[in-house]
Parts: sequence; C-alpha cells; structure tokens
Amino acid sequence: MKKILLLATGILMMIKIVSAGGPYKPGDIADDFTLRNVTGSDVSLSSIKDAKGFIVVFMCNTCPMVKAYEERIIDLNKKFSGKGYPVIAINGNDKNVSPGDSYEEMQKLAKSKGYGFQYLYDDSQEVTRKYGATNTPHVYVLSRKDGKLKVEYVGAIDNNSDNASMADKKYVEDAVNALLSGGQVAVTQTKAIGCGIKWKKT
Amino acid sequence: MQLKRRILTALFLIFAGSAPVLSGQEIEYLKVPELEQILNNRDNKLYVVNFWATWCSPCVSELPAFEKISGEYNKDKVRFILISLDFPSQVEKQLIPFLKKNNITMEVAVMMETDSNLWIDKVSPSWQGNIPSTLFLNSRKKIRHFHSEALDEQELRKLVDLYI
Repeated sequence: MKKILLLATGILMMIKIVSAGGPYKPGDIADDFTLRNVTGSDVSLSSIKDAKGFIVVFMCNTCPMVKAYEERIIDLNKKFSGKGYPVIAINGNDKNVSPGDSYEEMQKLAKSKGYGFQYLYDDSQEVTRKYGATNTPHVYVLSRKDGKLKVEYVGAIDNNSDNASMADKKYVEDAVNALLSGGQVAVTQTKAIGCGIKWKKT
Repeated sequence: MQLKRRILTALFLIFAGSAPVLSGQEIEYLKVPELEQILNNRDNKLYVVNFWATWCSPCVSELPAFEKISGEYNKDKVRFILISLDFPSQVEKQLIPFLKKNNITMEVAVMMETDSNLWIDKVSPSWQGNIPSTLFLNSRKKIRHFHSEALDEQELRKLVDLYI
C-alpha cells in the first residue's frame, strides 16, 4: 500500500514538473504561443530573434486600470525593447462579453496611441488561460535561454496605480534591470487590483 | 417666536449641510488596519464584503442585486459592506456622485491604501486582485468564503442564506 502511494505521488510530481501548463509562477518554464498582431501578422516569441526575454502584459482596450497604466506600458517598451526585453501585449478579453475589446478596436487603439509594441489578440483565450492571467493589467516577465522561456516575475507593474510619480516600487523595471545585470530578481511575485478578464460565456 | 423658529431652522440646515453624510451614511476611509478590523471581526453576524469600483462595469451591474438583497435581511444578522477601490483622487468627483445617483444606501467604504499588494492576501490568499469579488465572513460559524466573480441576485441570496 505504501509503495503504491509512493509511486502515485512520484508520478503526480513528475506530471507537475514536466507539464508547461499554468497558472505560471516564478521559476516555471512557459510555453511559446502564436497570436495575431494588430497589423495582421502572426507573432510567436521564438520569431523575435534578438530578444533576451519578454515583458508579457495581459491588457485590453477597455479597462480603466489599463488606461491608468497605458503610458507606463509604452514607457517600459521604450526603455527595454532596445535592451532585449520588448513588451508583448496580449488582449485576452472575449469580444462578445466586451465588445470594446474586439480585434478591430485593438487596431484602432494601437494606431491612435502609437503603441510601439506588439499588441496580440488571444481570440480563443487559450494563452490567457494557460498563463493564468486573471485581471488586466497582469505582467509576466520572461527570460529566454537556449530557447526556453523562464518566468521571472508575475504581477503588477508598480505599487501605485493612481499616481505613477508616487510609485516607489517599480516591480517590472526592477525585475528587468536585475536580469539585464545578470542578477536575481528580488521581488518575483505581486498582486494588484484590476478588471477581471472577460471570459467567454459557455 | 417666529424669529426663534427661523433661526433654529437655519442653524439646523447649516449643520445638516456640513455633515459628511450620504443617504444617511458616511463613507468610511480605510487603510490596512481598518480593513483588518473588518476581516478579523468576531461579530455575531454574517459580513458580506464586496470589492468593487465605479470604473468596473461588472461591479456596477451587480450593485442593484446587493442593494435589493441587503434590504431583505435584518441588519443584526447581516452586515453588507461595499469597499470601493476607486482611486482616492476620484472619491469626490466620481464615487460620491455615483452613490447619490444610484441611490446606494448600503454601507460604503473606500480603500485608501493604494499599494494593494499590502492587503490583497489578507482578504484572501487566492485572490489575484480581480474585481468584482465578494468575501462572506461569519466568525461565529467559522465561515470564510471568497467568491472571486460577479454575483447575480439568485446566487447572492443563496450564499447569504447559506452562511447566515
């Protein structure tokens, strides 16, 4: 009986380690994905050759919390894409539940705001579900080594959604700076208030 | 006699106008210690603590159900608290007018601690910060149920009846 229990536990542990399913936590190996961007091209992380890692931001067109962070997201890309850590934004909201989050609206928004980063559409919500994003904005900082994507940080952009100048803990910036300097990420996971992801209604 | 009455009426109106009341209630301004007092209460009643914001449309959509159901239960048995996560800078401009316009008579508080990472886990370690979310607390019955999605009238009534 004990042997069977031990074996079963061992198998379960192996499944946990081997599977790349989320929700992703710091230290996990993340799956790549292929999603359509606002200019109509299919983009996968592996196709972005010179990146050292990625700042994956689950966001959308409509959430006021995303609006509060929009400039900061644009700034993160300006600051880090040249250093090998581009922002990759993903909209995982269902357009039937939230019509303002349709692909067409994404295209309009990206154009009018001059987003310098990839803004991808997760139509099936598979990537959003796999990564484990629950609200917008929700950030996953990934590093890439030998083709493997490692989750280095999950959570909020900083500690003050209301006022950027009063944010004194810049979680994403600090994580990426640590990675760029070859150091360890000090704060690997945080939480923040945001709009829940608009899941498809079954 | 007439003059005295007029003065008294005037004084009453002056004081009534300056009191920070809203539909007979004040908005409570919470920081982490005050939130903890709510979360760790030992009261002999069910607490229904809803986390919402005026900028969150599914949050706003479920408020009428909360308003309706809060009126169906004795305040000695159930305490409904709406904790708004509107930005502190938007309380005067956005939250208060919203509450007036929508005839919200429930108890409303505003979370003034903007570093949400300092308190989200205290509400529930499983909460990722998405709203709307509602916490059901009944200390006497050792009930602590965190519902991290919107609630319709039927679901809310069912849960209140279950945990009361």
